[in-house]
Amino acid sequence: MKTKNQLKKIVCGAIAVALCLGAAAAGAEDDDDTIKVGVLHSLSGTMAISETSLKDTVLMMIEEQNAKGGVLGKQLEAVVVDPASDWPLFAEKARELIAVHDVDVVFGCWTSVSRKSVLPVFEELNGLLFYPVQYEGEESSWNVFYTGAAPNQQAIPAVEYLMSEDGGGAQRWVLLGTDYVYPRTTNKILRYFLNSKGVKDSDIMEEYTPFGHSDYQTIVANVKKFAAGGPTAVVSTINGDSNVPFYKELAAQGIKAEDIPVVAFSVGEEELRGIDTAPLEGHLAAWNYFQSIDNPTNQAFIEQWKQYVKDNNLPGGDERVTNDPMEAHYIGFKMWVQAVEQAKTTDVDAVRQALSGQVVQSPSGYPITMDGKNHHLHKPVVIGEVNHEGQFDIVWATDGPIRADAWSPHIPDSASKVADWSYPHLCGNCSEPKISHSGAKSSPASQ
Amino acid sequence: MKLPGFMAIVITMAFAGVEVRAEEAPDFNEALQGLGSKSRTTILKSIDQLSELNDPRSLSALEALLGKRLRSDDHDGLFIVDESGEIFVDALTGEEVRVDPDSLKTPRINNRVRRSLKPLIARLRLRNPDVSIRLAAAEELENRPSADAADSIRLALEEESDQTVRNVLEVALARIELKSDDPQLRLGAVEVLGEHGDRNQEAELVALLDQNEDGQFAESDPAVREAAQSAIQRIQRTAFLNDMAGHFFYGLSLASVLLLAALGLAITFGLMGVINMAHGEMLMLGAYTTYVVIGLFEQHLLAWLDWYLLIAVPTAFLVCAAVGMLLERGVIRFLYGRPLETLLATWGISLVLIQTVRLTFGAQNVEVANPSWLSGGYEILSGVVLPWSRIAIVMFSITTVAVVWWLLQRTRLGLYVRAVTQNREMAAGLGIATSRIDMLTFGLGSGIAGLGGVALSQVGNVGPELGRSYIVDSFMVVVLGGVGNIMGTVVAALGLGVLNKFLEPVSGAVLGKIFVLGFLILFIQRRPQGIFALKGRAAEA
Amino acid sequence: MPELHTGRHPMHSARAWWLLACFVAIAAVMVPVFNLVPDEDSIWKLPDFLIPLFGKFICYAIVALAIDLIWGYAGILSLGHGVFFALGGYAMGMYLMRSIGTEGVYGNELPDFMVFLDWKELPWFWYGFEYFAFAFSMALVVPGALAFGFGWLAFRSRITGVYFSIITQAMTFAFMLLFFRNDTGFGGNNGLTDFKRILGISLQEPGTRVGLYVVSVIALLGTYLACRYIVCSKLGRLVTAVRDAETKLRFTGYDPLQYKLFVWTFSAVLCGLAGALYVPQVGIINPSEMQPANSIEMAIWVAVGGRGTLVGAVAGAWLVNATKSWFTVAAPETWLYVLGGTFILVTLFAPRGLVGLLESVRLRGRADSTSPTGSEEVDP
Repeated sequence: MKTKNQLKKIVCGAIAVALCLGAAAAGAEDDDDTIKVGVLHSLSGTMAISETSLKDTVLMMIEEQNAKGGVLGKQLEAVVVDPASDWPLFAEKARELIAVHDVDVVFGCWTSVSRKSVLPVFEELNGLLFYPVQYEGEESSWNVFYTGAAPNQQAIPAVEYLMSEDGGGAQRWVLLGTDYVYPRTTNKILRYFLNSKGVKDSDIMEEYTPFGHSDYQTIVANVKKFAAGGPTAVVSTINGDSNVPFYKELAAQGIKAEDIPVVAFSVGEEELRGIDTAPLEGHLAAWNYFQSIDNPTNQAFIEQWKQYVKDNNLPGGDERVTNDPMEAHYIGFKMWVQAVEQAKTTDVDAVRQALSGQVVQSPSGYPITMDGKNHHLHKPVVIGEVNHEGQFDIVWATDGPIRADAWSPHIPDSASKVADWSYPHLCGNCSEPKISHSGAKSSPASQ
Repeated sequence: MKLPGFMAIVITMAFAGVEVRAEEAPDFNEALQGLGSKSRTTILKSIDQLSELNDPRSLSALEALLGKRLRSDDHDGLFIVDESGEIFVDALTGEEVRVDPDSLKTPRINNRVRRSLKPLIARLRLRNPDVSIRLAAAEELENRPSADAADSIRLALEEESDQTVRNVLEVALARIELKSDDPQLRLGAVEVLGEHGDRNQEAELVALLDQNEDGQFAESDPAVREAAQSAIQRIQRTAFLNDMAGHFFYGLSLASVLLLAALGLAITFGLMGVINMAHGEMLMLGAYTTYVVIGLFEQHLLAWLDWYLLIAVPTAFLVCAAVGMLLERGVIRFLYGRPLETLLATWGISLVLIQTVRLTFGAQNVEVANPSWLSGGYEILSGVVLPWSRIAIVMFSITTVAVVWWLLQRTRLGLYVRAVTQNREMAAGLGIATSRIDMLTFGLGSGIAGLGGVALSQVGNVGPELGRSYIVDSFMVVVLGGVGNIMGTVVAALGLGVLNKFLEPVSGAVLGKIFVLGFLILFIQRRPQGIFALKGRAAEA
Repeated sequence: MPELHTGRHPMHSARAWWLLACFVAIAAVMVPVFNLVPDEDSIWKLPDFLIPLFGKFICYAIVALAIDLIWGYAGILSLGHGVFFALGGYAMGMYLMRSIGTEGVYGNELPDFMVFLDWKELPWFWYGFEYFAFAFSMALVVPGALAFGFGWLAFRSRITGVYFSIITQAMTFAFMLLFFRNDTGFGGNNGLTDFKRILGISLQEPGTRVGLYVVSVIALLGTYLACRYIVCSKLGRLVTAVRDAETKLRFTGYDPLQYKLFVWTFSAVLCGLAGALYVPQVGIINPSEMQPANSIEMAIWVAVGGRGTLVGAVAGAWLVNATKSWFTVAAPETWLYVLGGTFILVTLFAPRGLVGLLESVRLRGRADSTSPTGSEEVDP
């Protein structure tokens, strides 16, 4: 008796859910006087620690733009979703943003796996994604603009610095990372690079720990042992949460930056907030931007951020800082606005075309250009030493922005690859730029 | 130049300025003024000059440069500001002066400057009356041997009375003399290194035995080579023992972390049978309480900041116990006898707690700095550093276990708890207010989890997801030990911690952990009720 | 649930069959029709993005049925079913990976991540996965074999209750760590992704998605019927007896080991099936599916819907996931409160899940019943 009634309820329920979702779809589309901007950053789960401030940054930029009168005479409207650090959910939410909410652009993702997960969706639905985090390269998509650093804009200059007299003339290298694709690729590139500089494999120690690893006693002790063999530097691609126990262990075991400098590619101002930096003074990080860079654009950016945090009463208050991925979103957002205004439409194909060569004065102090060919930014590289205030003292910087290698010339398999999206080429991954005759709409995917 | 790598660099750096040095001794004042320069090259040059002058008067300025307390103005003035940031002293004359702090600049230093600055400071500190400062200075020189320092070390050795400092100084001198041209000196140095040296010097000794392509040894004298050979063996033998001891200590400290994380669960889950998925969040609340207490100290009791743990520990206990009791009254008491449903409810509670903390304190980690007396560590054996924070956690966990054991075995409350755990109806029949005891027990378990949170805040992250990373481990420990048995939890934590640390160097961190989990699964097959099976509410279910 | 013990009629009644047919008609016919036939702008159009979403929910529903079978009926709570689901997914993912052929980023026969790790040839455990039939059978066999081995060890040692739950959690955690390692050979943290086609058909086509969805619905129907057959059979009653009084069952001369082992393994095979259907629809499989939290959530779907009722499990999976999907957009900051709150409220006020709640409301509506809830002891 009860089963059929249950069944009936379930059927009704299923229909109700379907209708709700459908209604949401319908409801979302009837609003035509705004331009929709999707924000695809995890607000819960393990990545919330990093991604929440990126969501806030985009919202801040939108608020500022709206105060200026919006774009093309329309107000911008943020559509914020929470993919909850769940990779398949990223793809699902990306599809929903584009298909249901009809967003014109998406700012989002942090981890490589989340980007890989949404990539087919953006390529299929011809969406536009701004990806703000330093990553492993080896990718160039028609639908993605990479505003973070490629390895040659972060890792290689940092290693060159450590080899120099100023950096300590390191001869032995510890490549320490969390076991996922970004550290693996970066370390692979670095190994090829170091070998090319005459460093023997026996002078390189490579070690990976799982996500969320919190016990670094043994590893730090091993690093110490390894370092007895000569001047050593540690290149750390340890991700997010594991950094605090790692640095606490370094400090506890008395490893000082003058003896064994640690250069990190994933530790910025935001991560240092969770650490007592006094014992870490002198350890390094390489980025394209630091909060401590002194120039008017950056001052205005920091000011704006502090004000936004205060106005919206965000948790953390005065202690909130700016960091490199936030700056990347700043650049990406401004570029998108400029491109939309230049193209006079939010149509993805037109905006993509207009984005090539866009220039934005960035808080890093340089005018930053979007490379029309590989969809990456030309960025300066800055190396900073941690100081006791949890900020970075800048000790080295490139003379100016350098171009990103979407495909690393240091990896034999990709050395010959080209990424060229400049009209009329359609090529993210080929040995010779291909020319499209079929028009822009037929997305070439990764071919 | 076929010097072994490390020496080559150090010496090149130490002598960076030597060749360009003027014939006559550099002017002391001028050299000192250079420290305040904007250019790091000038600073480095000044340090070299001061190193040559070896003048104790420069010490205070050098220390100030290292501590970022040195200031310069636009007119070659050089000032040292004290810790308070208010009193300025002229670096050249040593007199107190009044200057406008806003007009001053702080010279920026980097690792390279620190590398030449620290040995110089150490050299100048070798005569310090304080033994601990002399020891630190000697260790610094031991780490960065430079020929410049040889004379200072010999002088210091003549006067030094403390045996520990002497040993360190001798090693430091030996490392310098290892590079000397005199085979006799080298032989002596190798012997000293074999006597007192550790792994840091092993590589240098090994380098002596290196052969180049022509079959020539880096060390020409066979007697020295032979001595080096036996010195290496001695070092390696002690190093092996030290490693074993190190694994054991690291295992012990991991075990105490596991124990503190699991102890609260041993009560809420072990004794009461609640599959408490919100346990991790109690740890987190304990850690956040520590953070809040630090904030309050910074605002109101800055002078006592170092002692915040004394307040944080009881506060965390009370806060978590209160939250625990609230949950028990509000949710869990309706679920006794349905353990698997407590899983569902406590999972919901954990989601709510995580999100609440995230919205209150932000998604980012918050900073919980170790108090200064817990920073750094004690080098118990060469190469085995026991951080004070870890030692404190070991002590803390021993104390906590002792207190919990005392509470449960020696107090009336403990008697009631055990009674209710073992036979609820009978206990009620004897007039025990079982419902109240349930509340108190859950509060106790949660409070102890809060204590665990305080401890975890000293070694790891403090963020909203803190609890998630410990929850699986905590359950493993409790189940392995035998549900309902506190001593079992202790033994299990110890076993898992030490096993993990002995496996890690062999198999790497990840595989080590997988082996431990596999071991645990197989172990449970052998003893389905854990190491110590006990009768209890959970065991009956 | 007294009906369950007394016979097979309620589940096999004519009206139940009729309702089931209605459900299948709606899910397998109406949904695709409304998606494919109406124009883009028509209000009758079921948006494209809902199809993979529904497909995902259907896969979750299969998982929920699998868990309900062992938890609701056999009283064994597994906190590690995510591992079976993921293994099924990986087997399918490996097939999809192999069928990319040379269209990968590096244009190599090997999957991209192997090129990237400098592997020169395919590891032995990847052999055969270029054949769909082999991969699909592996998606069922591997989880089944793992479950059989694990279950044989555990049930033979008479590990029960929370001990069993916790070691299943340890198992999934260990597998997660193992699969996270890049050296293990399954793509590490990124897992397997960037699939192009299945059985030669492009995965990007809307038609493929609808097809996969329909296949999933049919699989769900099959699973439901199989589970219904099992719980209504003598085996089902024995298994229920294991749940309610294992010791007594043993004394009456039955050996519970084989019955437990059978439902446990069958449940894992179902999860493998769900995983295999899930992967082509979401386009990625990676080790985070094996997180202990995911497995806990799976158990929660069943608890929310109603343990011990097959329909409840399906409903729970749908409801929890639809809520999640809806609120992560509607209230990105606070959806965890909704989810967490639901779990707490369900446990407190609807201990037999929503189905139980509906039933008690209905009974109360008739005003002739004594309170049906609360008295029954289901847990092991």
